[in-house]
Amino acid sequence: MNKALDQFIPGEQGTVLKVGGQGAIRRRLLDMGIIPGTRICLVKTAPMGDPLEITLRGFNLSIRKDDAAYIDMAAE
Amino acid sequence: MDQNPQQTLEKDEFIPEIDHSHDGTIDDLRNINNPKGLHLTFALAGNQNSGKTTLFNYLTGSNQHVGNWPGVTVERKVGKIKKYPGVELVDLPGIYSLSPYSDEEIISRNFIIDEKPDAIINIIDANNLERNLYLTLQLAEVGIPMVIALNMMDEIEENGDVINVAGLENDLGIPVVPIIARNGSGVTDLMLRAIGVALHREQPPIRDICEGEVHRAVHAIGHIIESKANAFGYSARFVSTKLIEGEEPIKRSIGLSTQEAKIVESIVAEMETATGLDREAAIADSRYQFIGRVSAANFKRKRKLGEPSSSEKIDKVLTHKYAALPIFFLIMLLVFWLTFGPIGSWLTGMLSFAIEWGTGLVDAALTEAGMAEWLHSLVVDGILAGVGSVLSFLPIILVLFICLSIMEDCGYMARAAFIMDRLLRKIGLSGRSFIPFIMGFGCTVPAVMSARTLENKRIRYLTVLLAPFMSCGAKVPVYTLFIAAFFSKGQILIMFSLYILGILVAVLTGLILNNTAFRGEPAPFIIELPPYRFPSFKNVSLQVWEKAKDFIERAVTIILVATVAIWFLGSFDPKFYWTHDSANSLLAALGGLLAPIFKPLGFGNWQAVTSLVAGLTAKESVVSTMAVLYKTPDSSMAEVLQSIFTPAAAYAFLVFVLLYPPCIAAIATIRKEIGLKWTVFAVISEIATAWLISFLVYRTLLLVLV
Repeated sequence: MNKALDQFIPGEQGTVLKVGGQGAIRRRLLDMGIIPGTRICLVKTAPMGDPLEITLRGFNLSIRKDDAAYIDMAAE
Repeated sequence: MDQNPQQTLEKDEFIPEIDHSHDGTIDDLRNINNPKGLHLTFALAGNQNSGKTTLFNYLTGSNQHVGNWPGVTVERKVGKIKKYPGVELVDLPGIYSLSPYSDEEIISRNFIIDEKPDAIINIIDANNLERNLYLTLQLAEVGIPMVIALNMMDEIEENGDVINVAGLENDLGIPVVPIIARNGSGVTDLMLRAIGVALHREQPPIRDICEGEVHRAVHAIGHIIESKANAFGYSARFVSTKLIEGEEPIKRSIGLSTQEAKIVESIVAEMETATGLDREAAIADSRYQFIGRVSAANFKRKRKLGEPSSSEKIDKVLTHKYAALPIFFLIMLLVFWLTFGPIGSWLTGMLSFAIEWGTGLVDAALTEAGMAEWLHSLVVDGILAGVGSVLSFLPIILVLFICLSIMEDCGYMARAAFIMDRLLRKIGLSGRSFIPFIMGFGCTVPAVMSARTLENKRIRYLTVLLAPFMSCGAKVPVYTLFIAAFFSKGQILIMFSLYILGILVAVLTGLILNNTAFRGEPAPFIIELPPYRFPSFKNVSLQVWEKAKDFIERAVTIILVATVAIWFLGSFDPKFYWTHDSANSLLAALGGLLAPIFKPLGFGNWQAVTSLVAGLTAKESVVSTMAVLYKTPDSSMAEVLQSIFTPAAAYAFLVFVLLYPPCIAAIATIRKEIGLKWTVFAVISEIATAWLISFLVYRTLLLVLV
């Protein structure tokens, strides 16, 4: 099932299909290795519901929901 | 995918031949073939949390100089390497890429491209090979000799992961030295290899983006721009990938003609169609494809995706949905208590005892020598008082930065940002801004200093501008005096209301600034949550030492000048005669001049206004100056105040004290962090805000109380 990363629930995994957005934010996502084909697991949401903690390529990132919405995923 | 990436290489004339069998020695440094004689400059580059600071501290020890990169408040650290005094090491900011989007990245690339260090030491976290190598590949493109310091090899072993160092070196074509920066293991070898590549001018080969459509584009564009790029001393490959990524600055700096730009764009368009990826994604994708192969061939990770790491287990508690906030506030409370509570105040007490003792000695000596009264007063009440006030900040800076460095070094700071982000984002701040704000309730000076590690310039500036609205500890005596004199009921509530008002004004100012002066594209808040690690004693102590040194070096002149200026105004009358009666002083005259401005706020008497001016040296002076000007002992202050202020005016006065510019020490610190222009803006806007809010409060109270 395809959906954006901000729609994931904790523990859910998937593969990146497309990275949207623009400018600095998009570039940062790409630089972090979030490119089509990358596998990402949503670890948890912060206590106030935002940002999200994700893990990919062996490291963990904090990413805001607004930015995660740019990442289209194929959920497993 | 066990296929060796090297075999897939196409031949490419932009790629230098490699031969890195050389080790450098101290004799090489003295060799006459070394064009720069004894001097080499190395750049230390790497991701955040790769152990870069630890390695830098290990290599240079206390032999380092901390300053700022020109024009920005990003720390610039340079040091001489302990065993090789001819080698200077420049610590570049922790970055993930050489993209042109953040100050840190721009600084790093400009340094590497323009200053051309003799070698780059690229430190990478072995646990995090893929993302760290992404920067490595971009650094290699620039064509500066390079070695890779493969850090945290001890953790690789502990985690049961396996890494093939020789294979990695072979696939990348860049020397790879396994090290443990924490205990210095492998570091000697690293230095020898670095000196070796530097002396033999060994350019790293380029092996990523060596196939397919993207390679074709890189190559085609490389041919077009090669002569122009070389004329500016840039490598053709670097310029080529940057042009594909669509960078404007590089286009301008090599002076691409319209015709050439057109060809470049058509090549890029062709590549985009062929790959189905846009220009930026195509480059990132090619790099990560290459990295994926190298990593798969040489690195076996025991843990699977989604399987919790040990840090994630710790975070089950520390960033737990319900437990996270209470734990965060407990930690903040502890830090605050250590800093401003018993330990901090004990240290401050010891120090002020020493200062008083010293001042006493000087005082006695001057009396003995029969010095002129004004000179005596200048030394004791002006200069020594100024020095004392500078020093009194030291203990709290020390204790606070010990706590903060530990939190930073162990990885909790990133979690604090994660937990608090939601709350502070609306006013354009990040979760980490919370720490300067909490500290602001103790003292604005360390609060402003602690903003230095915030993610980007905009957040740093905003945080520094807003932190002074947190009511600092020195204002409490003023509040207590007035509240005791005017309000018999609800004293705690009234005190509390001032703190809340400060926070409200900060939020409001934040909202306004965020939509005016600081409007613009939001900076990405995509931060790493690094694994928890035991804090390093060396890193913590070096950072604390730097902060203390920094404060003294920079604050001392401004604070001294300001204290002496206020002393001068308070000790001479308008005809410049020495005066004992402060009511006749220049300061009082100034107060009288300014008093009408404060009439609408209900306290337009010269004594109150003069005390406010005196309060700029330190907020405690407001009370002591009032006692002097109203010519009354402390015991009967309350009655005197009651005869002069109405309750509404008294509260308005407190609001003004809450919001007007902090003391000189704080202003000097703010200046250091955000520069003169913004400091002037801060001071003026604080005065304006204080006046306006105080006016509104006074008028409202008049209506309500009548």
